[in-house]
Amino acid sequence: MFGYYLDLAWRSLKRTPILTGLMVLAIGLGIGASMTMLTVLHVMTDDPLPGRSAQLYTPHLDPLPLDHKRRGDGPDASDNLTWPDAMALLKAHRATRQAAMAGGSLLVRPGRTDLRPFYVDGRYATADFFAMFGMSFEHGSGWGAADDAAGARVVVLGETLARKLFGGADAVGRTVRLGDSDFRVTGVVADWAPQPMFYADASVKRYSDADQFFLPLSAAVDLKLDVNGNFSSWGQDHAETRMTSPTTTWLQFWAQLDTPMQVAAYRQYLADYSAQQKALGRFQRPPANAKLYGLMDWLAHENLVPNDVRLQLWLALGFLFVCMLNIVALLLAKFLRRSGEISVRRALGAGRRDIFVQLGIESALIGVAGGALGLLVAQLGLWSIRQRPDDYAHLAQMDGAMLLGTLVLAVLASVLAGLLPAWRACRVAPALQLKGV
Amino acid sequence: MEIRPILASLRKHRIPTVLIVLEIALTCAVLCNAVFMIGQRVAAIRLPNAIDERNLSMVTLGGTDEKTSGSDIPRNLAALRGIPGVQSAAVVSTLPLSHNNWGWSFGTRPDASTFDKKTVNFSLFFLGEGAEQALGLRLLEGRFFNADDYAGSSFGSAPLPETHVTLVTRSVAERLWPGQSALGKTYYSMPHYYTVVGVVADVLRPNIGSQGEDWSYYSAFFPLSAGGSKGNLRRYVLHSAPGDRGRVMRAAEQKLAALNPNGVTKGMLYTDMRDQYFADMRSMAWMLVLVCAVMLAVTAFGIVGLTSFWVGQRRRQIGIRRAVGASRGHIMQYFQTENFLLSGAGVVLGMALAYGINLYLMRHYETASMPWYYLPVSAVALWALGQLAVLGPALRAAAVPPVVATRSV
Repeated sequence: MFGYYLDLAWRSLKRTPILTGLMVLAIGLGIGASMTMLTVLHVMTDDPLPGRSAQLYTPHLDPLPLDHKRRGDGPDASDNLTWPDAMALLKAHRATRQAAMAGGSLLVRPGRTDLRPFYVDGRYATADFFAMFGMSFEHGSGWGAADDAAGARVVVLGETLARKLFGGADAVGRTVRLGDSDFRVTGVVADWAPQPMFYADASVKRYSDADQFFLPLSAAVDLKLDVNGNFSSWGQDHAETRMTSPTTTWLQFWAQLDTPMQVAAYRQYLADYSAQQKALGRFQRPPANAKLYGLMDWLAHENLVPNDVRLQLWLALGFLFVCMLNIVALLLAKFLRRSGEISVRRALGAGRRDIFVQLGIESALIGVAGGALGLLVAQLGLWSIRQRPDDYAHLAQMDGAMLLGTLVLAVLASVLAGLLPAWRACRVAPALQLKGV
Repeated sequence: MEIRPILASLRKHRIPTVLIVLEIALTCAVLCNAVFMIGQRVAAIRLPNAIDERNLSMVTLGGTDEKTSGSDIPRNLAALRGIPGVQSAAVVSTLPLSHNNWGWSFGTRPDASTFDKKTVNFSLFFLGEGAEQALGLRLLEGRFFNADDYAGSSFGSAPLPETHVTLVTRSVAERLWPGQSALGKTYYSMPHYYTVVGVVADVLRPNIGSQGEDWSYYSAFFPLSAGGSKGNLRRYVLHSAPGDRGRVMRAAEQKLAALNPNGVTKGMLYTDMRDQYFADMRSMAWMLVLVCAVMLAVTAFGIVGLTSFWVGQRRRQIGIRRAVGASRGHIMQYFQTENFLLSGAGVVLGMALAYGINLYLMRHYETASMPWYYLPVSAVALWALGQLAVLGPALRAAAVPPVVATRSV
């Protein structure tokens, strides 16, 4: 029967090419617009580190004074940690691995006549950073805890920067001049750019290229290197002292916790640490303010999706809804116009179910055509988004799941739109219509 | 025109009637809000900015040693002034819409500190000598900085410069001293204080945010000597005829690179920077325009499709009406009135919906309140669209000959 219904549907659609075209166009445009925006949302909220994200947690303390108020649309000062707190958490060593970090942008002086100095983005971190995030070394290795303690002038380069500076040669053991100091290269890592860069400060670009250098946080503090991120102070801190001040937050901190027991123990540890700091008079707020976020929870908390993207998604869904209303009205008109034909089939013994299925297949056929058109429209939409200047723009690509989702959504939407008209049409009273024929 | 028979007929086709009314309502609601959002973005993109935007190009010099960067400034400027076509050149800390913001909060009472809630946050612009002319600031009251002001200003260990003179924009003057002249008045942030020597026309902040138009103009200017600039003066601004800008900028980039082999230079036209600042707003506005256009088209086609179907269904009745004396005009009028009623119901519902959507957006997306006139304007637009869409099918209905009535289908 399915083949026969398909044939009937095809014939019926061919009879009214303009109306059919309009319906396919409407569903194609509606689906295309919606899928464009859904894809953008999907890539922006995707898991940046599949397989590893479930073990990564970021602890948050609340060292702010009681009367501290957040200013307007400024960043939340307790999003980051102060230097003393980060160092205490690091030394306590309660997680399998843990690292404190901050972003930086430094001038590279290549020491070659054919290359002018240029700026690169990178990270100041502590020893566990590489192993905790599962980064893979092309050459050499990271640095050890002793280097952290000594503020050693060592650096791990990203693959791209290493190639730019040293060509194909092995960079390990060579010296790189970053800012006004020399650093010895201990390793080269493959370019690593999780999207979003979950571990970076919330106020800087989050969908950007891979970090190209990594050097010990202690060295960065010794040298007072520039930090790419937000310094929030609530004491009288000067530029000279703010990095190690107990009243300035600027550091990010991540910990690897492998079991639920470890997670619970770490939560307890954070509460205890806060209580202890409160007893010492450093913290004023309740220890319950200390929180431990999982990676995906943290991203949700930070709400990285810009309002414009959400608005556009709503707009696209509203548009899809208008298109669907339109199709319902047109299908209703089309099906009821065929009351005569339906009555004949009913009189010849077709049940209401049969009519319903037949008309449902016709709607689904429109959906398949609309879905195909929708895919084209969505590809066009995503292409236009990739031309935009926003930092997330380069991510706007469809994966297999979204591709399939587009077709499914299109068929679902059109079958849904066909339900009411098909139901109305199969309730046509055959006798009444046949009299007129 | 009798509307009772129309209502009776619509009542018989309840489902399609409700659907088309809903479609028009939804289109009206989305259209209202989308057009409002487009308007807001266009207004932002066009915000006036009282500097000579079309004459400015700039080169940023980074990476030079903080200790010598101050003493290099006079040498760099002399070289830049030597470029043919340069009318004036100066160095500044930041520029409007450059994203490089240095904000600080000040109050009008001597005990004001940055942590007071009553203080007002400004963006600080530090100017090297001659920057007022190079930027083309427009003086409304008072005077620009003089040579003594420049010589006497430097950075010490504090985050604010050691000077006591300032220029403010008209918006700052009105915010701090409403209804009074700002000249000679002083604003404070313990332990610093600055006295206003001049008021200039509104200059945009490096980041304009979303706190309203006045807020976007809270800018204040301070003199800074080259020697005491501590690496804070890194943007060289060049004033030239609009046609010379590109050439001047490239020449300046080369000169600065040659003079500062360790530095990083980056040149840009001011108008390009402004375009970049608003690029995402512009693309959002175009996207909204596109969606509005497509949605109106889809709605119009929906009306065409449905009315065509009704015309086809009623050929016989139309024939009978024509046979008993109705003119073509009467038939046309019937369908036009029907559409008028449908659109009317749609836009009434749509206006309510539009208002509701605006309330929701205001609560969740920091959207401003939509002025009331957007509602009737988009209602009229949809009404007109409906009449336009129904014209084709109505003409076809009017063309039905009376003889149809005599045929037994």
